[in-house]
Amino acid sequence: MLFKLSLKNIARSIKDYAIYFFTLILGVAIFYIFNAIESQTVMMNVSSSTYEIIDLMNNMLSGVSVFVAFILGFLIIYANRFLMKRRNKEFGIYLTLGMSKRKISLILFFETLIVGVISLVVGLVLGTALSQVMSLLVANMFEAKMTEFEFVFSSAACLKTLIYFSVMYVLVMIFNTYAVSRSKLIDLLNAGKKAEKVKMKNPWLCVIVFIISVCTLGYAYWCVTGGISDMQSGNTILIPIALGAISTFFIFWSLSGLLLKIFMSMKNVYYKGLNSFTLRQFSSKINTTVFSMTIICLMLFFTICILSSAISIRNSMTANLQTLVPVDIEINKKMDLPEGAEFSSAVVADSKVSVRETLNRLGFDVNKYFKDTLEFNLYVSNDFLVRDTLGSAYEEIAKQFPYLDYNMAETFIKESDYNKLAKLYKLKEIDLNDDEYAVIADFDSWANIRSEGLKHGTTITLNGKTLKPKYDKCVEGFVNMTSSHVNTGIFVVPDDTLVNMPRETGILVANYKANDDGGREKIEDMIINLDDSPYAENTYIGASTKISIYEGSIGLGAMITFIGLYLGIIFLIASAAILALKELSESTDNKERFQMLRKIGTDEKMLNKALFRQIGIFFLFPLVLAIIHSIFGIKFCVYLLETFGKGELLKSIIMTALIMVFIYGGYFVITYLCSKNIIKERL
Amino acid sequence: MESILKIYNVEKYYGSRSSLTKAIDNISFEVEKGEFVAIMGASGSGKTTLLNCISTIDRVTSGHIFVDGEDITKLKGNRLNKFRREELGFIFQDFNLLDTLTAYENIALALSIQNVPYSEIKVKIEKVAKELDIKDVLNKYPYQMSGGQKQRVASARAIITNPKLVLADEPTGALDSKSSKMLLERFNYLNKELEATILMVTHDAFTASYATRVIFIKDGKIFNELRKGNDTRKEFFDKIIDVVTLLGGDLNDAL
Repeated sequence: MLFKLSLKNIARSIKDYAIYFFTLILGVAIFYIFNAIESQTVMMNVSSSTYEIIDLMNNMLSGVSVFVAFILGFLIIYANRFLMKRRNKEFGIYLTLGMSKRKISLILFFETLIVGVISLVVGLVLGTALSQVMSLLVANMFEAKMTEFEFVFSSAACLKTLIYFSVMYVLVMIFNTYAVSRSKLIDLLNAGKKAEKVKMKNPWLCVIVFIISVCTLGYAYWCVTGGISDMQSGNTILIPIALGAISTFFIFWSLSGLLLKIFMSMKNVYYKGLNSFTLRQFSSKINTTVFSMTIICLMLFFTICILSSAISIRNSMTANLQTLVPVDIEINKKMDLPEGAEFSSAVVADSKVSVRETLNRLGFDVNKYFKDTLEFNLYVSNDFLVRDTLGSAYEEIAKQFPYLDYNMAETFIKESDYNKLAKLYKLKEIDLNDDEYAVIADFDSWANIRSEGLKHGTTITLNGKTLKPKYDKCVEGFVNMTSSHVNTGIFVVPDDTLVNMPRETGILVANYKANDDGGREKIEDMIINLDDSPYAENTYIGASTKISIYEGSIGLGAMITFIGLYLGIIFLIASAAILALKELSESTDNKERFQMLRKIGTDEKMLNKALFRQIGIFFLFPLVLAIIHSIFGIKFCVYLLETFGKGELLKSIIMTALIMVFIYGGYFVITYLCSKNIIKERL
Repeated sequence: MESILKIYNVEKYYGSRSSLTKAIDNISFEVEKGEFVAIMGASGSGKTTLLNCISTIDRVTSGHIFVDGEDITKLKGNRLNKFRREELGFIFQDFNLLDTLTAYENIALALSIQNVPYSEIKVKIEKVAKELDIKDVLNKYPYQMSGGQKQRVASARAIITNPKLVLADEPTGALDSKSSKMLLERFNYLNKELEATILMVTHDAFTASYATRVIFIKDGKIFNELRKGNDTRKEFFDKIIDVVTLLGGDLNDAL
């Protein structure tokens, strides 16, 4: 009998449950999809180094899943509480009819069970379907070749989803039982009748609180952008975050009172159509929902930051590689090592030998396998430190960036060598006069610091020759191939200034003599195997190859993107669902109010417009503040992730915006339509 | 006198063919401009259904209702809403004030949904507040007011649009006797001084005795009709009581 009642309850209130159901199904599906990636990657045809990264990614995804489960669990309990509140009257009637609290708990138990089973089944089916699409994305991300489409069902992910969600549902059941056992009949029956007290806040207090919170927020913004250089350890970031969260709360608190005051003083606007009604609706609710607004705003903020930086990392990483890895291989070797106890004599002897000769001794035929070969040296002068090159700007810069190492020895390259390299790398060539030098760098913050020194016209003296800067800022460029912009600065000087200087590094860059990927991979394998040569023991030689850099950064980019997408989407769903449920749970009150408006003859169109605005404001308010937060948050992320690349941000912001519009907008539309249905009921 | 409300052979049925309930069974009457009419009847007699039909909240099964010459049973959709907000004023038993708005804003809403500019709203509210003696409570919220105050605010909202007809459904139903008396005296004032036409539904003889005419309904039919004429309120009250006694049944309980 009780089971039947539960079934009927659900069938009857399916409209009210729609959003709850929708969210649960979405949650289950997403949870499954991201946990099923593991079994999809197993099928992929990729190299072993990519496998390592995939392995790391899968481990991280399952770690993140635990966190996601906490968020979803919190969301489900929260949502469930709303639904319980709506049904207070119903429970009250059961109790007056003589049903025991235990039996009510049992009804709720069955209901949760039914809802849980249905949502799990539908969610898993949906998840399995969507994960086939996901497998295309996964293959694309890792640039693996999809030879044929294969239907993948991950029983491990399925089982994991079942276990995690079962635990959540059991928690909900316990929570419900507790809530029912604590409730009082009189409160249940009168739940709908309680007159709402609208407390008006003191407008002056609001103004003061608002100003203080805006200032605090401004300070927090400054901390992560303008004052970023003061941030020396990871913990300092917590202060602006805490300040931001607190001021967000107080901004909502004060703004609700303030906006009402402002609009009320604009009498012509306030007393137009249903404006007064809409505003009061808004302010009466915001008083009670400031806290959840804050949470939602912060969650949206994290979502925007996570999504846009995760997507941008992947984009800029791959985009960077085109310019950062212009040739197939770069081999470097320590040169002219000092004699003494530090290095064995064999190593010291080897360090006099050029890179090309070393390769020969290792048994590798440079002419046979390499083309476009270019060999050159980098020089380091130990009596020439970073602080010297900054000249008169040093004091100021050291004060601004106290944590940087200014006692690093500087690196030099011959003008002719660099120009040959620049031609090969397709970089800007530099034409120096005899008494000039230039600096190449592509790590933004270092480039800025060095440009400061160049602007001051700092001269440097090498081998008795004094050089002055050719440009007043750094030239974008690099020597070593890496996956990101990490060149902090290399000095390009006229060839004769480096005569007799000890070499620091010997570098050989080249392309493989091969026509296709297969041929290139063969040469690559040969180079990897050089490590086994007996001569390798006594030489400090290393190589960066296009293939290894691509694999590494593609894997890393994909990993960050997936984790970012996972977290971002879950956060987004959670916050949108909370808003939607909150709005819908108040629709019963709204129903009466709209009924009243209808009785005094308000047009349907006007009512719908008022409802649309009311819900719209509720969805928009936290979003707007979250977007403002994000402007600064993304700036901070850009700073942190600078080395991964720049420029690609716009694209990722557009992607993020699309995801936001789709999910957040979707929740908004569903909420509006459901509410419209509720207020339409019976005239 | 021209008649503002004409009701012709109105019938309203509920239920299906097998179990038909005639809530209104062929009722016809007219209300003239400037009249204060009370409709009396026991609960279930069909008086509220009748009011709902006149106020277009409910639809008639057959028959016609003319307000100022216009057949409102033919109105639909937004024309219906327009009619309701421009030609009618409502007063409900449970006040139906919006709990989130102050008294002032509640009254203003009736005008602002007609797109009346604020300058005009301001003047009109000042005037109506004086007439209904609610100046002191204008800035209060419904939960801060007494029942009588709430009902007078609701009345202000109903008449501020200068409706052709004010419909009141058990306006004193939720009030104590002192507040009832005060409200009804205001109704009399509105009726006499401002020439408002009022149609009121009640089951209370005391409330009905403030009207100029009382129509009795029993089982969906008009049972009797009384006119005040030159009687004092007390005499009129006694006459009403006589009819109520005649009506018998449960209307007695309501006394």
